[in-house]
Amino acid sequence: MNLVLMVWRQENARTVGHMQRIEAKDISPDMSFLEMLDVVNQRLTVAGQSPITFDHDCREGICGSCGVVINGVPHGPQPGTTTCQLHMRHFRDGQVVVIEPFRARAFPVIRDLMIDRSAFDRVIAAGGFITSPTGSAPDGNAMLVSKGAADAAMDAAACIGCGACVAACPNASAMLFVGAKVSHLGLLPQGRPERWSRVHAMVAAMDAEGFGGCTNYLECTAVCPKNVSPDFIGRLNRDLIGAVFLARPRVASTEAG
Amino acid sequence: MQRLFYDTIKGGDFRAREHNVYRLAEISNQIIDQCVAQGVPFAREYGGQLANRSFGGAQVSRTFYARGQTGQQLLLGSYQALSRQIAAGQVKMFPRTEMLDLVVVDGRACGIVTRDLVSGAIESHAADAVILATGGYSNVFYLSTNAKGCNVTATWRAHKRGAGFANPCFTQIHPTCIPVTGDHQSKLTLMSESLRNDGRVWVPLRPSDQRPPAQIPEAERDYYLERRYPSFGNLVPRDVASRAAKAVCDENRGVGPGGRGVFLDFSDAISRQGEAVVRERYGNLFDMYERITAENPYKVPMRIYPAVHYTMGGLWVDYNLMTTVPGLFVLGEANFSDHGANRLGASALMQGLADGYFIIPYAIGGYLAGSKAGTASTDKPEFGAAKAQVKERANRLLARKGKRTAMSFHRELGKLLWENCGMARTAAGLQQALSRIPELREQFWREVMVPGGPEELNQSLESAGRVGDFLEFSELLCRDALAREESCGGHFRQEYQTPDGEARRDDARFAHVAVWEHRGDGQEPLRHTEPLSFANVHLAQRSYK
Ligand SMILES: Cc1cc2nc3c(=O)[nH]c(=O)nc-3n(C[C@H](O)[C@H](O)[C@H](O)COP(=O)(O)OP(=O)(O)OC[C@H]3O[C@@H](n4cnc5c(N)ncnc54)[C@H](O)[C@@H]3O)c2cc1C
Ligand code: FES
Repeated sequence: MNLVLMVWRQENARTVGHMQRIEAKDISPDMSFLEMLDVVNQRLTVAGQSPITFDHDCREGICGSCGVVINGVPHGPQPGTTTCQLHMRHFRDGQVVVIEPFRARAFPVIRDLMIDRSAFDRVIAAGGFITSPTGSAPDGNAMLVSKGAADAAMDAAACIGCGACVAACPNASAMLFVGAKVSHLGLLPQGRPERWSRVHAMVAAMDAEGFGGCTNYLECTAVCPKNVSPDFIGRLNRDLIGAVFLARPRVASTEAG
Repeated sequence: MQRLFYDTIKGGDFRAREHNVYRLAEISNQIIDQCVAQGVPFAREYGGQLANRSFGGAQVSRTFYARGQTGQQLLLGSYQALSRQIAAGQVKMFPRTEMLDLVVVDGRACGIVTRDLVSGAIESHAADAVILATGGYSNVFYLSTNAKGCNVTATWRAHKRGAGFANPCFTQIHPTCIPVTGDHQSKLTLMSESLRNDGRVWVPLRPSDQRPPAQIPEAERDYYLERRYPSFGNLVPRDVASRAAKAVCDENRGVGPGGRGVFLDFSDAISRQGEAVVRERYGNLFDMYERITAENPYKVPMRIYPAVHYTMGGLWVDYNLMTTVPGLFVLGEANFSDHGANRLGASALMQGLADGYFIIPYAIGGYLAGSKAGTASTDKPEFGAAKAQVKERANRLLARKGKRTAMSFHRELGKLLWENCGMARTAAGLQQALSRIPELREQFWREVMVPGGPEELNQSLESAGRVGDFLEFSELLCRDALAREESCGGHFRQEYQTPDGEARRDDARFAHVAVWEHRGDGQEPLRHTEPLSFANVHLAQRSYK
């Protein structure tokens, strides 16, 4: 099939971007979206034009690096699917496909469709871990974890940190991401001792990075490629209230292990 | 533990060091404890205990898992622990930075040269010791299950600076991947091996049987793994399952477009245990399969075919994970250490985490104690020289302005290797590849088209540099495969097989690790050997019958 791409081109974070119209001919419905971009890039290169820059790595929906906005929707039209797993059979012959980077103040564009997501790394570094120096771990079965808690933690841990939630949210809020991380660790008994300090630190870091607040649009869950549940935002809010009353200042992260 | 030790040695077809594997088995429990403490959400039984299941090549349930995403969850666990150290100022992270050379001063590894992938700046970093954990080289085949970012550049350039490369021909082909659909294919997707616990593998009994699977009666199906290996059945190790799939497809009994595929059928499991149980176990994998193929595996059998997945070979390291270059250590898939000629399911992460959490912290101290720590400096002329070489190479790539992209060369190389150095290898095929690779490499350096400049973000330049290294490394891969005149694990030479088509080892001549020494571009590399001796296990022909 033949498509018309409207692709966001931007040299770097300091320059102004623009849309470029590119014809993508003879696209197979069995191609993934990124394979379609590969084919387009090969043709651009041979024609002496500059190929489209985009991030990708695993190409199987687990690393979270590939997200772009396709026709207005982060990761495109298929629910619960990352860009790399979206296949061209979901598009029609002759369709115009608009491709843009995830947009949020906290995610500056590096070039074209590639964005800088390191704000998420800093939110994790602020508290998204369980303090457990290597070598001192107790027997894994010493602390029993109910199947329900383990499954719920796993549901939250399915987040791949792609940032689609931020890109979809009118407030550019990262509450679904932070909610998933806080819930994953807080639902497990191992993570409970740091539960309040963690939520405090991560929410502070989230605010400092310039992510907005949640006003319940829930666009985030509509586009989440891992179907992370909005319940985790509720849990984050409850934990935050708990933290206001119970938190002790965080000291743990200054020591090495 | 004894069982894990024995299974790993046997699974590796007796081409791993016994003492290394013993240490790995010993540490294995601590790894799980460490991950649990970090908050990795391993599956639990109703009673709260950690759940187990069995995995390829093992008849016992001893694999801990986190839904179908164990690897990803272990990665997130270490990433979170690392993030904590970054916040504590113990670790400095350089994202979007590629190592392009190793710097050796007075015979010791003293630092690296990197390229900042955003600005294009070439930089030097001095160090008391260098640790590489840069993964495997499966992508030399272009199509593999590995992430697109995996490459051989770091280990290859370290090899060219003196680090011995061990057993490059030990590559693993994974039996359960989604078949190729066309020339545009950029990677192959693995369907987790756990599916073989409940899925049954079959092909039609008759060649070129085009009927849809539901119309092929039971009596006209060949459950070839169950037939050939009654005791392991669908759970035989990866190399055995992969070769068996190739064999039936070579007999024209493959299924799906192009005939390179076999069925993995869940209908028995679904009728026995109900769809809900199957969904609970494999739901996300089934969804992924459907996303890619547009077929519903609850209704029609999956189609699978082997694909390159893991590389047991890698830089040679001693028991302390140090290479032949003092001060250069290698961890994880990038080293050659524990898997011999074939790796068992779930053991890559076990080894990687063992190396990183429990071995290197102790092993590196021994080296540092004997060196003058803190004296490394980027002022040494070796840094300047390495930087100049890196820059020169990039400029050479950019100056060509030829007609072909690096990706098209990579594809061609991948095809050549898959055909001649893939699941079944012959001396003639390997020789053919060995004469073609240098031609292809020359053509690459003559005709490659790399757009853009050196001092900017340039993904084409990054990829061209890696393809250039693959074009050198692939020669060593084929050379090693040619020199190893036996079949073992993932290395199957058609000349060396038993009458019923199983791998035939030659312990008298090849019970050793092959370690290659680089002697300069255009020079024949030298093959050294490290003999393998077995004090506790008895060398036997692997049998999964
Ligand atoms: C689809 C799939 C499923 C798997 N499932 C399992 C499983 O269930 N159980 C199991 O035990 N194993 C599994 N494996 C194998 C296992 O995941 C890998 O062996 C393991 O991740 C290797 O870890 P590593 O840290 O050594 O290397 P990698 O995870 O490959 O990491 C290497 C890192 O180094 C970076 N890098 C490479 N070169 C450079 C350079 N020059 N400069 C800077 N950085 C560089 C790469 O970008 C990458 O981030 C699976 C592998 C795949 C592909
Ligand atoms: S490339 Fe990894 S999630 Fe898409």
